[in-house]
Formats: sequence, structure tokens, C-alpha cells
Amino acid sequence: MNAMNTSSIKNFFTQNAIYVVLVVLIIGIAVSDPSFLAVTTLRDILLQSSTRAIIALGAAFILITGGVDLSAGRVVGLTAVISASMLQLSEYPQRFFPNLPELPLIVPIALAILAGLIVGLINGVIVAKLSVPPFIATLGTMVIVYGVNSIYFDTEPNQSQPIGGLRKDFTELGSGYFGLDGKYSIPYIVVIAIAVAGLVWVIFNKTQLGKNMYAIGGNIQAAKVSGIRVGRNLIYIYSIAGALYGLAGVLEAARTGGATNNYGNMYELDAIAACVVGGVSTAGGIGTVPGVMAGVMIFGVINYGLTYIGVNPYWQLIIKGLIIVAAVAFDIRKYLAKK
Amino acid sequence: MADHPFILEMNHISKAFPGVQALDNVTLKVRPGTVHALMGENGAGKSTLMKCLFGIYKPDGGDIRLDGETVAIASSKDALAHGVSMIHQELHPVPFRNVMDNVWLGRYPLKGIGPIKFVDEKKMLADTKALLAELDMTIDPHVKVGTLSVSNVQSIEIAKAVSYSARVIVMDEPTSSLTGNEVEQLFKIINKLRARGVSIIYISHKMEEILRISDDVTIMRDGKLIGTWPAEEMTTDLIITRMVGRDLTQRFPERSNVPGDVRLRVEKLTSPQQHSFKDVTFELRKGEILGVGGLVGAQRTELIEALFGMRTIAAGSIEIDGKRVSIKSPVEAKKHGIALLTEERRVTGIFPVLSVLENTSIASLSQYRNGFGLLNERRARMDAEHNVERFRVKTPSVKTLIGNLSGGNQQKVLLARWLLTDPDILMLDEPTRGIDVGAKYEIYTIIAELAKQGKSIIMISSEMPELLGMSDRIMVMCEGRLSGVVDGRAATEEDIMRLAAQRER
Repeated sequence: MNAMNTSSIKNFFTQNAIYVVLVVLIIGIAVSDPSFLAVTTLRDILLQSSTRAIIALGAAFILITGGVDLSAGRVVGLTAVISASMLQLSEYPQRFFPNLPELPLIVPIALAILAGLIVGLINGVIVAKLSVPPFIATLGTMVIVYGVNSIYFDTEPNQSQPIGGLRKDFTELGSGYFGLDGKYSIPYIVVIAIAVAGLVWVIFNKTQLGKNMYAIGGNIQAAKVSGIRVGRNLIYIYSIAGALYGLAGVLEAARTGGATNNYGNMYELDAIAACVVGGVSTAGGIGTVPGVMAGVMIFGVINYGLTYIGVNPYWQLIIKGLIIVAAVAFDIRKYLAKK
Repeated sequence: MADHPFILEMNHISKAFPGVQALDNVTLKVRPGTVHALMGENGAGKSTLMKCLFGIYKPDGGDIRLDGETVAIASSKDALAHGVSMIHQELHPVPFRNVMDNVWLGRYPLKGIGPIKFVDEKKMLADTKALLAELDMTIDPHVKVGTLSVSNVQSIEIAKAVSYSARVIVMDEPTSSLTGNEVEQLFKIINKLRARGVSIIYISHKMEEILRISDDVTIMRDGKLIGTWPAEEMTTDLIITRMVGRDLTQRFPERSNVPGDVRLRVEKLTSPQQHSFKDVTFELRKGEILGVGGLVGAQRTELIEALFGMRTIAAGSIEIDGKRVSIKSPVEAKKHGIALLTEERRVTGIFPVLSVLENTSIASLSQYRNGFGLLNERRARMDAEHNVERFRVKTPSVKTLIGNLSGGNQQKVLLARWLLTDPDILMLDEPTRGIDVGAKYEIYTIIAELAKQGKSIIMISSEMPELLGMSDRIMVMCEGRLSGVVDGRAATEEDIMRLAAQRER
């Protein structure tokens, strides 16, 4: 093998480190237990990764602008509770709203997503108009949202009881699937996540907002001078991210058939981890949708795969942490000065 | 040791990057106690050579010798340990710390018992005072560096280098943001260092300076050594010819623009800040190039940033085509057909992690939007490619990250960015700073062509020949006030200097 070949192979690995890690992981697990390579496994991983993917895509918007959003997890909790509270079976004994008539499915879902969007909007306004650093702004809203959600969750007659007895048409959204030829099936929730990813890809790559997002993260001063309405764009971006967390919260409630105010706790960190593992730069300006999806999948494979082959859960944590650091250490080689 | 004829030798250095031979068998020999000018167009390999000296790049071949002994330098820390130090063009002090903290950063003098050490502030203060006194610098060691002028920050960097007992100091474009007086001050310091036997490698594009301060001149072109000559044998024309490898009979293009009606009228424009621009009144015509001269601190940048809506104004008015306008943000300025190419390309110009294409189209994205709010990337790409070709931007493709291009090429991309917004008034702040001679000429040609098309151009420049060679009229500012307007073809450097230095009585 000549020098040119070695360097181009090395180049391929540095450029595609994330996908390589994903493949190596799958191979590693499959070697240790070949039954891992089954269609059902893939479906389960996708199912578990779907809501995570939507949250991570929201988080990616913020990271690419050079910010960070800590409120994501608590927004998921808020919208899970909001949607679940309005979508209980009418015969269920402990209803959140005992006299609520049966609403069209779309109404509570839309209200929950709107709630997420409003939190995002508030984040955006705090960051853009009050010039509070995103870390602090979203730390504040994270705590506030949890407080607001807990008050709502604690209202009479619910008094902080887990919300259960959800309508079948709602839980179907989270656990139903398109059957394909008996054996194969695609869960609705996976289809939704893929559709969201497609939409986000279009925003990132084909819209003015997307280009502005990369520009703001790449050099906010230059963005201002170039006549980009930085504040307005940031508000849009935080709002979209909030709406995505909102959607994820709704799907979490649907998937699990219930909700409490603690839903979504710390999901923001998983989302940020998936993003950075997927090549999103926390310094802003860099990140792609396929990268984020690969990052989410890596964690999906780890969570499912390591449990599948019987790795102790505490060891799983250590492996996850190592992968976060190692993946980013690899990925960053792309941007370091070549020696 | 001291009797070796060269303090630093870089012999037969080669360095290749994928697809480019950045350095091809380059040899640089520096005599002790001399100022050695290193010249070449951007992309000639000067920075790469220096990066090899500092271990940032590992050369593919060749060796580096100090006092005749081969040394291996793997990092700037190694270089420092060998007495080789660099003053960068863009200084990076720690702004919130004071002068002495900056000088002794990373090697604070310590005192204490056993393993418990504290920083010895007293010794640090005494050492700093002694160091500054030795170099005749009058800077208070307690002042926070962020509050100092660029010139003083640079002095501190030099003092720092001296404190490392540097024998070779590389200065990269040291005068690019200094005023006339500050340059004199720097030259005094350089002479003092030279007298102490320190060698300076002086990288600059300013011929007049090079000829004045240097002992030897080494010229590079396209990664190759052209040669080293004693400075007294050189002339500006000779240097330029050797740098570009062709005769550059003219440094400025012929202009055939004809100034027409008044496009912009600025009346008594005054900043809310005490020491900024005051009562500035001027007119700009269609198809006119208006030069703006003055020393650093003349508030020229502040004035045009106010016209671009980046700064507020306390009083005065702006009229465009006879209509009074209020410009409160760059967005509004853009709407009124104004474009601004800022002075600090890296800080307020380029998006280093984005491609040439994205950098070109970012200010004019709305024109590529279709009915669904999606961008027509093909059209944006065609426009970007067209501009890359028109301005002869050296880039492998429009998908290349702009951060990988040389300064001159970045500047051309930024110019393209603004031209895509189709401005009537183009404000250029030091448009050729840090750009090599060949690219400068190209940028001048573009400016002249735009004026001919009827665009109105305001060009701030600190380079006299540029002001005189390119402007129809030159307005000169001094300490925030307009001190005079002269005809660009009739004026002399002395006329401008006199106006620029005119103190308020």
C-alpha cells in the first residue's frame, strides 16, 4: 500500500469518525452475541431513539448558533404532562380534568407543542434582547419550567399523582406501527422522527434561517455587520427548538402511556452529548443533521446493545462517558491545524 | 559561539501540504544584531516558513541551526527556550489582567516555604519596571492591558520577548495598526534591540519601512527563495519586481470614473461619545472615490460605522439622494444601499468555519429565496463562482472553507459579498491592509471599475500612496473632526500629514 493510499484512508476515517464508531460498536456487540443482528433489535433501537432524536435536533439548532439549551428536558416534562392531562379516558377514575369532554387528538397535542414553543420563545427573547448568555438564560427557564409544571401537576384533584389512563388513540401514536408484510413493521413514532429530521435538514440547508444560524454561530459580529437580524433569528431558532422539545414530550407521554412532572429530567444532557458526538461544535457554526442522527443512534445502540449482551448498567455509564470524550477527540481532528 | 556568522540558519526547508508545495528548498540566514526583512506576496510561504521555525509545522526536509548548532524545535515553547520569539500581527494579550501579569504569564516568580508557593508580586513589579526601563517604555505595570493602545500592547509583547532573553524576534506586520508616531517609537525599540545583538525577522508589506529599518532583505515567491540582498542595494521597484516576478510599472490602475450628482450628504454628524467624531460634514458624489485620511484615533472607523448603523449618533443628519434618512442598524443601512467592508476582516468579516459560497451569499440570501422560503442554491453557487472568477480568488472551489484562504483572497470574497447586495454606496475600511502587492492591485482595479459604474465609494486608508493613488478627493480627519478636504490628484503626502496632525486649539 503506498503513502497516498494510507493518507486517504486515514483521511476517510477522520472525516467520518462518527459513522465508523457506530459501525464498530454494532460489530463489537454482534460479535459478542450474533442474535443482536435482528430486525426487531433495529426496530427497538429506533423506537427508543426517536424522541431522543427530536430533542437532539432541537438542541442542535441552539448549539450551532453557539448557544446551549438546558431547558430541553424540563420542556419535555411540561409538554408530556400537558398533553397527558387532556387526553385521559373518560371512564378513568382519577382524571386530571374530571369534566373535560373528549377533545380532538390534535388539540391537546397542539397546545403542548405551543407550550414548548413559548418556552423557546422566552429563551430566545432573554438571550437576544436581554443579552443573557444562553447557558444562564436556559438554566433559569429550566428551573422555572419545572416549577410551573410541578404546580400544574399538583393542582386539585390530581395532587401530583402520575397521570395514567390515556386514550387509546393517543397511546397508539406512541406504540402503533405500520405493518409491512406481517414480520416487518415501522413504528409511527420512528416515521415521525424521520419526518422531523427531514424537515430540520431542509431548514438547515435550504432556508435563509438555516444559513443565518450557521453564520451567527460562525461569527456573530460578522453576522451583525452583514445585515443579519441576529436577535430575530435567534428568537425564531429558540422557538423552533422549543416546539421540537414540545413534540418530543407529547411522544414520550404517548409512548409510555403516562406522564409525571419528572419526565424528561436530564434529557438535555443526553441531547447535547448526542449532538457533540455527532460532530456539532459547541463553539457554534458547525453541525449536520446526519451527524446528529448518528450521534443519537450511537447512544441508542449503546443503551440497547450493552443491556442486550448483559453489561452491568454502571459499566454502561462509564462506557458512555468514554465514548462522548473519545468521539469528540476524534472528530475535532478534522478542524485542528494539520501538521 | 558568538563568532558564528549567522545566529539563525534555516537550511533547505521544504514542506508540502496535500496538493501544494508550500515551501520548496528555502534557505534563510540571519546575521546577529540585524534586522532581516522577509518579503513576499501572501501565499509566498513566509508564514509557513515561520511556522516551521516555531514547530507549528514539521518541515519535510531541511534543518534549523542556531549559532551553527542544529536544533529540534517542536513547539513555540521550545523556540522560546532557544531564544526565538514572535510578535504576532494580531496580539492576544489577556485583557483583564495587568501589564506585569501579562509579561510573566506562565512563569510567575514564586516565593514560599516548601511546596506552598505564592506569586512574588514584589519581585514581579521590580522586574517589570526594570525591563520596561531598559527598553525606554513608559507603561504602568499595574494597568490592565485591555485599556492600552495597540502600540503599547505590542511594546509589552516585545518586552516579554526580551525577558525571555530572545536572540531572534520575529515581527509579523508589526506596524499594520500603528500610527506614524507609534511606528517611530517601534523603530526606536528595534534599534535598541539591534544594538543589543538581537536579530529581528521583520515581515511587512510596507516598502518604505523595510528600506528604512532593515539590513538584509530576503524575498520569497510561490514557496521558493528568490534571494537575499543587502537592504541598501534594494529599491521599492526592485523589491516589487522580485516579489511578483513581473514588472509592476504601475501600483495603481488608471481610473476613468466621472463623479456626478451628490448621492450622500452628511451634515454635522456628531457622536454621543465625548472623544469621538464631531460636527463632520461632507458630500459624496455618484461615481466618486472619496478617500478618508487621518491617524489612528482620528475616529474615521467610528464615523463610517455610524453611517452603517453600528453606532448611534447624537446630532446631525444623513441625506441619501436628497432624502433625509435615519440608519439605526446594518439592516437599515443595507436597505438604503450602503455596504461596509470592515477593517478587521477576522473579527467582523469572515465566517471562518463556513465555505466561500456561504461567505459570499450571506448578506444577500433573500434574493435567492423562492415562493416556499427555500433557497435556490444553484443560483447562489453560480453567483459565487462568477465572483470567484471575476475577482480571481485563489480557491480550489467555492465549497472550500474561507478560513483556509489567504488574507487577500478572503478580502476579495468579502468584497463579492457586498457587491451581491448591489450597493450604491460602498464604504471600505482599510481595504488592502495585510494584503500582498499583487492582490492589492487587483482590489484597486475592482474599486476603480465600481466607481466607473457609478457606485460611490468611501475608502479609509492609512497608506498615503493608496489614498493619493486612488481617491478623487481626500477628506482628512483629526481627533474626530474634519480637518480638511483635498483634491486627490493634486495633493501631496505632506498636505495630508499636515491636516492629519492638525491639533485642535
